[in-house]
Amino acid sequence: MSSSETGPGGQAHGSVKEYVTGLILSIVLTVIPFYLVMTGTGSDAFVVITIVVAAIAQIMVQMVFFLHMNGSSEQTWLTASAIYSVFIVLFVVVGSLWIFEHLNHNMLMGH
Amino acid sequence: MVQTDLIKDPHVLTGKLHWGVIPFHDPVVAPVMFAAIFGGLLLVAFVTYKKMWGYLWNEWFTSVDHKKIGIMYCIAALVMLVRGFSDAILMRTHQALSLSDEFGEGFLPPEHYDQIFTAHGVIMIFFVATPLMVGIMNVVMPLQIGARDVAFPFLNSLSFYLFLVGVLLINLSLFVGEFAATGWLAYTPLSGIEFSPGVGVDYWIWALQISGIGTTLTAVNFVATILKMRAPGMTMWKMPVFTWTTFCANIIALVIFPILTVAIAQLTLDRYFDFNFFTNDDGGNQMMWVNLVWAWGHPEVYFLVLPAFGMISEVTATFSRKRLFGYVSLVWATIAITILSFLVWLHHFFTMGSGASVNAFFGIMTMIIGIPTGVKLYNWIFTMYKGRVELSASMWWVIAMLVTFTVGGMTGVMLSIPANDFVLHNSMFVPAHFHNVLIGGAVYGFFAGFTYWFPKATGAKLNETLGKWSVALWFFGYFFAWVPLYYTGFDGMTRRLQYIDNPEWQLPMYVALIGVAMLAAGIAAQIANIVITIYKRNEPGYKDVTGDPWDGHTLEWYTTSPPQFYNFGDVPYINDRDPLLDMKQKGTAYKRPEKYERIHMPKNSWAGPVIGLLTLPLGFGFVWHIWWMVYVSVAAIFAAWVKLNFERDKDYYVEVPEVEEIEGQFLKSNEGRHYYFEQHAKHYKKWKPSDQK
Amino acid sequence: MTALTNDHDLHDHDDHHHHEAEAADRYMFGFWLYIISDCLLFATLFATYAVMGQNFNNEITPYELFDLGFVAVETALLLLSSFTFGMAMLGANAENMAKMKFWLIVTALLGLSFLGMEIYEFVHFSHEGATPQTSGYWTSFYSLVATHGLHVTAGLIWMFFLFIHFNRDGFTNANKIRLACLSLFWHFLDIIWICVFSFVYLRGAM
Repeated sequence: MSSSETGPGGQAHGSVKEYVTGLILSIVLTVIPFYLVMTGTGSDAFVVITIVVAAIAQIMVQMVFFLHMNGSSEQTWLTASAIYSVFIVLFVVVGSLWIFEHLNHNMLMGH
Repeated sequence: MVQTDLIKDPHVLTGKLHWGVIPFHDPVVAPVMFAAIFGGLLLVAFVTYKKMWGYLWNEWFTSVDHKKIGIMYCIAALVMLVRGFSDAILMRTHQALSLSDEFGEGFLPPEHYDQIFTAHGVIMIFFVATPLMVGIMNVVMPLQIGARDVAFPFLNSLSFYLFLVGVLLINLSLFVGEFAATGWLAYTPLSGIEFSPGVGVDYWIWALQISGIGTTLTAVNFVATILKMRAPGMTMWKMPVFTWTTFCANIIALVIFPILTVAIAQLTLDRYFDFNFFTNDDGGNQMMWVNLVWAWGHPEVYFLVLPAFGMISEVTATFSRKRLFGYVSLVWATIAITILSFLVWLHHFFTMGSGASVNAFFGIMTMIIGIPTGVKLYNWIFTMYKGRVELSASMWWVIAMLVTFTVGGMTGVMLSIPANDFVLHNSMFVPAHFHNVLIGGAVYGFFAGFTYWFPKATGAKLNETLGKWSVALWFFGYFFAWVPLYYTGFDGMTRRLQYIDNPEWQLPMYVALIGVAMLAAGIAAQIANIVITIYKRNEPGYKDVTGDPWDGHTLEWYTTSPPQFYNFGDVPYINDRDPLLDMKQKGTAYKRPEKYERIHMPKNSWAGPVIGLLTLPLGFGFVWHIWWMVYVSVAAIFAAWVKLNFERDKDYYVEVPEVEEIEGQFLKSNEGRHYYFEQHAKHYKKWKPSDQK
Repeated sequence: MTALTNDHDLHDHDDHHHHEAEAADRYMFGFWLYIISDCLLFATLFATYAVMGQNFNNEITPYELFDLGFVAVETALLLLSSFTFGMAMLGANAENMAKMKFWLIVTALLGLSFLGMEIYEFVHFSHEGATPQTSGYWTSFYSLVATHGLHVTAGLIWMFFLFIHFNRDGFTNANKIRLACLSLFWHFLDIIWICVFSFVYLRGAM
């Protein structure tokens, strides 16, 4: 695998078109949640879900258009390690939140 | 008082330091300190007299050779084993003498005793088990995959020096100031500035922070090495099991050590800048510390034990004269443990109060992780089954491990049931359990690997008789030392007791003392063994002439002992899971290749020791609030880093004639060898057909 | 990091090319592994922030302080800088020094402006009575956002040294690897910022 073709993150593969597409999609996905929160549109639950979905979508957009990840066979370990780290991040963050939600419920009566 | 003034308002030049922090009058520490200073001076004088500084600097300190770095890790680990074990002797002796109904009996005052059990835990995990394992990985893993070095040789050297600074800081704490008196994981809020105003916890912080960053870098290095530098033909499913376990252990380390780094940084901010992460007041959350530290801490246990499993696998297969039974299941069990290890951390604090659903989940996950571990035990047992088991010293370690680790695993399953844990929590039962798995699983595994690969690293085989003596002493010593403590734990004796007021526990404490004496004898036998072997390294019976003393199956035995700096003259194409066995059976082993090629190698680097050791004044300055020292160290590290970055001449080529000459001698020493499988063709026959995909 | 040297008059072209390609792949993957560990570093900070998100200690709350318009500008700066770094990478691929340097300078200026805004925000918050010592919430807020800011600072310093490298040696293999690693780092910081504005600022202002 040559550096002038792809490396992990294989930036070399990019084109102006790709970067512009990524930029436009990112702007759209940033504006939507900002707009909802700043104008107070929609119920809280709806807004929170939109924020989460937009954030995940924008991360995906940047990984595809800026980091040029495409799940191809040369990128097997790149993709595998990305999925692995997503799982571990979820374990740590969601696990901690779950543990502390129950802890607070049980140990801080009335809070 | 001077001391309290300095704590509130550190001196510009010396921070919180003053003569009072050096324990000249402590009856235990002062003699040790003078002995250490005297011994150190003697060593320096000896090296100077022998004019060895240049040799040490050029051949060892600046070396980026993974084998030499590995050996340095092992030496540091063995030195620290003696230090950590002295703490164990002190604790056992103290508890045996401390039957009374008030403080102050025994011979150690509470504040000293607390520092000893803290130091013991920290040293044994971070500065004995981890470096011993990383050392063996360093020596063996690149050889097993046919690489010339690790992926980032300089980074490897830097990791070693960061680890070494951790070692130096924790040893400095013995003579300058104090160490943490908080338990090895420094639970908040006890470790906060409010309840631990001294420098003990700061030593803990900087020793672990600096060496922890080294471990993260090692993880990056090893994972990249395994994924990018394997010999041609060696697919993932042809990797030796030890390499697999090294891989899994390091992908664990890669993602958990940042958690520890952040948690320690948060504690640092709390202590130095009055942040409110883990404080009692102002909206801090002390349980978050426990949560983070165990989110790191439990996977850390598997980081330590998985490579030990890999070592056990290699030793078992070689000395059973068989291929490993169930390679695929063993690898999948390793992968399963890797993932599951992230889902069990709450079992360290069932009693915190998260309630039934949380406890049930983590309890069940803990029981589930026992299954792949059990699979491995059957793998090893079935490897031995119908094998021609050769009871060498390393195999003795394997058998000691199988028995001891099984007992430890079962007490672990007992503790995994939250209801049981509420009874046993914080009792002596818990240390008895984790010593059972860490000594029985990790340490015995490391010693099996140490004995097995010692000739590869040094060129001489350890003495078998002394080796077997140390196994026997460790094996029985362990049970003498800890079965009584299992009992007192059941009987309600809590951990970390400075005095004991129950006369019924006196006898168990005496028995445990006998156990610790046996363990001491076991360690003495090991050290004697190493010294004797190095002394007699060129005598027959010790010297490893062929580079393959055990008739091994894997690639590390396909080179000289110790290996050349470039590892392999010619890296063979790998067709088999046991490449060397395959080559021996096909008759292609130890044959001259058609032609040798030039070998591309990295040059030694001054930057590893310089940048690494500059973190020592950095950490020391932080501990004692000597800010100029901190600034100067940071500036110096930055300057050294920039200089390194703009250097050009970092690698060179070994030319063909040199390779040819060295390799020629090696091949000659292997001419006319007879392999085990030739003499026992009938036995080996059924293992011949490769069972691989 | 040890980088491969530029030239060895001894070796033939194939050998050279092979080493360069292998080194590029190895270094980029190693750096990717570092990014993964950094990812967990931020995950831990986010977990702490999430757990301590309501620990206001009866002091000032984020609802009273967050100015989403301000954050939107910060976000725009960082997002644009990710894009301009992409342009610099395209310049480097074409070995067009002028183009690459132009876009790198634009990126650095955007990064500096972002950093300036962040520092201004911290000073402003502190004046309003929200310092890291105020409450568990602000402790976790500052440590999370400032860690991102420190990474941006590190990226800018790195960019400065990269300039010197390119001035000295031009488009060598080692320099291309350095630039590609920095690019990965910079995009990663943008991704972290997405999480910061979503889960800290937007969520905190609701």
